[in-house]
Amino acid sequence: MISVAVVDYGMGNLRSVAKALEHVAPQARVTVTDSAGEIAAADRVVVPGQGAMPDCMRELDARGLRESVVRAAATKPFLGICIGLQMLFGESEEGDASENVRGLDILPGRVPRFPVAAMQIDGGTKLKVPHMGWNNVSQSDRNHPLWQGIADTSRFYFVHSFYVDPATPALTASTTEYGIHFTSAVSRDNIFAVQFHPEKSAQAGLQLLSNFMSWKPS
Amino acid sequence: MLAKRIIPCLDVNAGRVVKGVNFLELRDAGDPVEIAQRYDEQGADELTFLDITASSDDRDIILHIVEACAEKVFIPLTVGGGVRKVEDVRRLLNAGADKVSMNTAAVNNPQLVADASAKVGAQCIVVAIDAKQTSPGRWEVFTHGGRNNTGMDTIEWARKVAALGAGEILLTSMDRDGTKAGFDLALTRAVADAVSIPVIASGGVGNLQHLADGVTEGRADAVLAASIFHYSEFTVRQAKEFMQQRGIEVRL
Repeated sequence: MISVAVVDYGMGNLRSVAKALEHVAPQARVTVTDSAGEIAAADRVVVPGQGAMPDCMRELDARGLRESVVRAAATKPFLGICIGLQMLFGESEEGDASENVRGLDILPGRVPRFPVAAMQIDGGTKLKVPHMGWNNVSQSDRNHPLWQGIADTSRFYFVHSFYVDPATPALTASTTEYGIHFTSAVSRDNIFAVQFHPEKSAQAGLQLLSNFMSWKPS
Repeated sequence: MLAKRIIPCLDVNAGRVVKGVNFLELRDAGDPVEIAQRYDEQGADELTFLDITASSDDRDIILHIVEACAEKVFIPLTVGGGVRKVEDVRRLLNAGADKVSMNTAAVNNPQLVADASAKVGAQCIVVAIDAKQTSPGRWEVFTHGGRNNTGMDTIEWARKVAALGAGEILLTSMDRDGTKAGFDLALTRAVADAVSIPVIASGGVGNLQHLADGVTEGRADAVLAASIFHYSEFTVRQAKEFMQQRGIEVRL
């Protein structure tokens, strides 16, 4: 039986993520856990996250889970969602400048805020931040196993004010347009991480989670 | 491009979806989870549950409904009604809600918006505003289903809750609610232009053109409706097709 650990560090709608995984993989054992042992023992690991990245990093450290997440990202099928994507990178603009919030530094790049000046579309209509709602996701590598069965430019549900800006274009697995052209998913080896919420993205999201559950990274 | 959202709203009383006119003559309209699934299948972008349960004994029923819904419906769910403390917000989110809406409690205690936002993130906090026109170009904020006038200006209140940390505003015109005469477009536009957070237009939808107008004329980011969907006059899909034909970006 495949086991998947949903990392619980007190931030975000873990129940929804767990229920969506159970829905697409009824045979799997889905655990919502803050135990380093369970994360280490799981076949697959999902790191969700909501809210502010400084809080997320603080909570992750408070539970002593930083090491577990770093190890999982290096060794087994790993899915990051929202802040679970952003924390893979080095530096976030979120929080006070003095706080200098560092992510896990697993992937090279930054986590900037949507630039207010660019947040306009034709006719001068200003775009709202947070970027909230269903937007198109253009797949960069359509052969990636996690995109199988999902039409290119399918809509997924987003809620965020910050986005990832990878230092290497090769990391980008999809892009999305919202005032600017930003990276909405990244992939490298056993890591796949998305800015949108597959657990809230109806059929397209469930397909991505299903793909993750059967993914065998080479 | 980001799609404009269509959000069916379900009034829930002691565990059942009810429909009625101006909170009178409430009639049973079915099981919330079944109805939520139906709207999901029709392509709803989100769902809103408004808990109108009067008895405090029955308050926890909504939590079980949210839990059951989160097992079967994989689109965002907003829950409002009776939220008074940060703890209420947390309990609803833990049950599976994605956003929690507050109305009277935010008016009585604006600090609640700031506290809840700091605790769970702005993206989870919706402030519902019930507005009524009191003179040309002025709408005041009402509470208790439109019975209590706070005297506050709606535009100022909208700016204030956005500054306090609300992630979204659910704006209902009390003048239009239940009339099927369409949104108060001037109100919607005034609020949508005043804040940098998304605004959901509500109150008055009687046909599909009204939904489209809310977006094009009212500049709303999302439109909420109850009766046109409950009475099966239109499906969510029909609403989206109508809007798409008028050049509005929707998820189909």
